[in-house]
Amino acid sequence: MTDTLTRPKSAPEAPVPAPSRRYKGFVERRPGKLTYLALTGLALFSAFPLYWSFVVGSHDNGILGEVPPPLGLGPNLFENIERAFGTIDFAKALANSFMVSGAITISVVLFSTLAGFAFAKLRFRGRNALLVMVIATMMVPTQLGIIPLYMLMAKIEWTGTMYAVIAPGLVSAFGVFFMTQYLGEAVPTELIEAARADGCTTLRIFWHVVLPVSKPAAAVLGMLTFMTAWNDFFWPLVVLTPEDPTVQVALSALASGYITDFSLSLTGTIIATVPLLIVFVALGKHIIGGIMQGAIKG
Amino acid sequence: MRNLMYRLDVKGSPYLYIVPFFLLFAAFGIFPLAYTAWVSLHEWSLLSETHTFLGLQNYQELFADEYFWNALRNTAQIWVLSTVPQLLMALVLAHVLNQRLRAPTFWRMTAVLPNITSVAAVAIIFGQIFGKDYGLVNWILETLGLGRIDWQAGTASSQIAISVMILWRWTGYNALIYLAAMQAVNKDLYDAASLDGASSFQQLTRITVPAIRPTIIFTVIVSTIGGMQVLAEPLLFGGGSMTGGSDRQFQTLSLYLYEVAFSRFDFGYASTAAWAMFGIIVIVAAINYFLTSRLRRS
Repeated sequence: MTDTLTRPKSAPEAPVPAPSRRYKGFVERRPGKLTYLALTGLALFSAFPLYWSFVVGSHDNGILGEVPPPLGLGPNLFENIERAFGTIDFAKALANSFMVSGAITISVVLFSTLAGFAFAKLRFRGRNALLVMVIATMMVPTQLGIIPLYMLMAKIEWTGTMYAVIAPGLVSAFGVFFMTQYLGEAVPTELIEAARADGCTTLRIFWHVVLPVSKPAAAVLGMLTFMTAWNDFFWPLVVLTPEDPTVQVALSALASGYITDFSLSLTGTIIATVPLLIVFVALGKHIIGGIMQGAIKG
Repeated sequence: MRNLMYRLDVKGSPYLYIVPFFLLFAAFGIFPLAYTAWVSLHEWSLLSETHTFLGLQNYQELFADEYFWNALRNTAQIWVLSTVPQLLMALVLAHVLNQRLRAPTFWRMTAVLPNITSVAAVAIIFGQIFGKDYGLVNWILETLGLGRIDWQAGTASSQIAISVMILWRWTGYNALIYLAAMQAVNKDLYDAASLDGASSFQQLTRITVPAIRPTIIFTVIVSTIGGMQVLAEPLLFGGGSMTGGSDRQFQTLSLYLYEVAFSRFDFGYASTAAWAMFGIIVIVAAINYFLTSRLRRS
């Protein structure tokens, strides 16, 4: 399955393929006006639902029933935000989401780099079998193990706490695979052998050779992990309560019920989405690079 | 002594780097998954301390369970409705992006913008857009003189609405995966085709698609696994109800699992459903493996 993974090819003959930030291999076609028209259509298609959440979130519920519905922004956004914070403890939810996503990100990046180094550059018994296992389990949705996981959390009395959300996220098979791929290419084996000949221990090699090289990939993995953790829905919904939620659980509580207050619930989606939007606008280029390097987590 | 330390370092220390990953992964990934199989053989309720061994009785019940087949059918239909147009659109979009564009990063960012929006937010926003009374789609339909649709009430209409949510969130992401693969295709092929007067569309179908076929198969399997996990969209589209509509017209497998486990608290039976879903994934992965290896031979 690994060879079906896609990654932009850096020049194969180069002995040390530097982690290139440039995208190569454009097809030599001169894009015309039609192309940009299509792309503008795409941009509208992508952005409209988010824009729409701002339209609904900035209006009073009563106006939404009018014909035609408002298509521009209204005056009530801050009032609705205040109302959302009053209905559900979004301050706590945001703090919880930052804590959970932050802890998961640090842990995944750390353990993936360690394991990725061993899989990519060290020789040991059982290496291939273990790596195959990592890749195979990458395909299995952990969601299927949710019942014993819940029983486990209930037994150690973690249900309703952030520990229950953080613990299953601490490691990721995808992360290990990602770092193994990257370090396999980015760290020349000769360099490690030379360091060993000079009497370096494995730990020193990791610290002085591998760690500096792994930074760009670690950053990309970190961003992808943070976004995934921030957006995670099912497990937090199962194990947390609306009184002490993550942002997604708060959102779900806000939108559930027989009568939906659309202004309120769409204001909730704004609160839940804006933090990631900021990250995305600031670091989008690297996130895209990460996805194109075979970020296959779905 | 030094020699011994050296050997210990080289032979033994690799395991230290992978141990943290495998310990945590075993506890929160593998163990719950495996234990699900054990629970599925029991009458196991959250409300009772005794767990009677049933053997395969849960499985017999599951295969005779109308709700299970209904959920499986819904899941398959939503999968087809969302995946087929999604991957076709992603192919075309990747083809458009695979040119010497101005501001390529910007266009790529607009393509993945939906993907950074959380599923919960997507479900809530589109729930409003497909709303019966104040929804944007119904307003457009009415303006065109086509009449309103109660999107939630019908089987086809509700599944279309849910498929649109999935389609919107994943098209751009898949386009980037395709784009990465397309950039590895030999440019000379396109040059030659252009000289022969092949249109851009012909280049897509005759050169690009055969060249990136492994990637296409890969995205199919990833979206199949993703399709098995669809939960937030039907849950929030139905206002938080676990049944997926009054007639279960849009209850997916994951939602059924959720209902059995956390509304009926029948952990044994829910585990059976989870294990059945795992079986389906294994079958799909096997078919994928078979297809890929046949492709490689031909």
